Amino acid sequence: MERVPILKLGDILIVSIQIDLDDQSVLTLQEDLADTVVSRGARGVIIDITAVEIVDSFIGRMLSTIAAMTRMLDAETVVVGMRPAVAITLVELGLSLGGVRTALNLEKGVVMLEHARSAEG
Amino acid sequence: MTVPADAARRRIVEIFISEEGPLLRRWSQISGAPIDELRDLHQALRTALAGDADLADVRGLLGELSRARARQGYTPSDTARVVFSLKEAVYEQVEADGQGDALRGFAWLSRLIDDLGLFTFETYSAAREKIIIDQAEQLLELSTPVVKLWEGIVAVPLVGTLDSARTQVVMEKLLQTLVDTGSEHAVIDITGVPAVDTEVAQHLLKTVVAARLMGAECVISGIRPQIAHTIVTLGIEFGDIVTKASLADALAYALSRSGVQLKGAATTRVAVRAERD
Repeated sequence: MERVPILKLGDILIVSIQIDLDDQSVLTLQEDLADTVVSRGARGVIIDITAVEIVDSFIGRMLSTIAAMTRMLDAETVVVGMRPAVAITLVELGLSLGGVRTALNLEKGVVMLEHARSAEG
Repeated sequence: MTVPADAARRRIVEIFISEEGPLLRRWSQISGAPIDELRDLHQALRTALAGDADLADVRGLLGELSRARARQGYTPSDTARVVFSLKEAVYEQVEADGQGDALRGFAWLSRLIDDLGLFTFETYSAAREKIIIDQAEQLLELSTPVVKLWEGIVAVPLVGTLDSARTQVVMEKLLQTLVDTGSEHAVIDITGVPAVDTEVAQHLLKTVVAARLMGAECVISGIRPQIAHTIVTLGIEFGDIVTKASLADALAYALSRSGVQLKGAATTRVAVRAERD
């Protein structure tokens, strides 16, 4: 089973998903991410799904779960780089990912996290 | 096939071959089509009749003929009439021949020509059908431009009746443009849309939600009073989706969201409203 690497940039964690996710690696990613947020004291998480071409409802829920989980750990999650086809699929599945922040690309995701932080003060 | 019928067939084919010249001239005269156009057809028909009555070649030629004539503006009836007039030309030869076999053979040939005439009609309608499909596709591509209004703001001005297929194209094109240009704001302007049904409204809503999933914000503008009425009557919930009366309002909103300060923006609303009334 492949593990998704978690990169640290300042106090932001970047998860770039480059592999086809199966259910097990999704669960592992959730655990790894929660551990890393706590151990590194991260304030924000960016999940980059630019390379993800196929999603199912499980992966859609995974994004919501991660967002809710990291928020409890005082870190904001932004999902970036969602492809149109993926977005359409999620909408058709009835998943609107309420509570998950989204941005068009990694750069805008970083800006969004910085804004959110400065708003908090 | 019975023996006498076979004899009748042979007789008519004999006439067909031996009287080729006069037959062609008469056919051309009756139908009003140039003789060159008919010669190939006559040849193919002769070969088919003399052989095993396999009409594939004849049909191919006829198909070409009727397509060519359709392009020249002839009606399908005109083309069918050209084929049917062969009957008259042949009949004159049969009458001159005066034998019973030839007459019986003519009945057989007549049925065959009827089939061919109907075939030209089929070809014509198939060609028409194809043109219509092609045009519908072209229209679909033409009718959905995504324009850039400002740095980071794109708009889709929708004009004409929306159906599911078109809304689908709009949705995909808009989302793709958002990715390509990195725009965070999109305006869907439906000023030019005369009517919206539940399905189309659903598609619009899905587009907005999908754009939001991708990290962009979508504003719907230019909803006509009747459409607003329809949407409310149909019980469609727009929820927290931002709607604006005019494209100008939507642009002003998108600009302010992206942090651009407008000077004297307050007057636009009034001016635009006055123009619309």
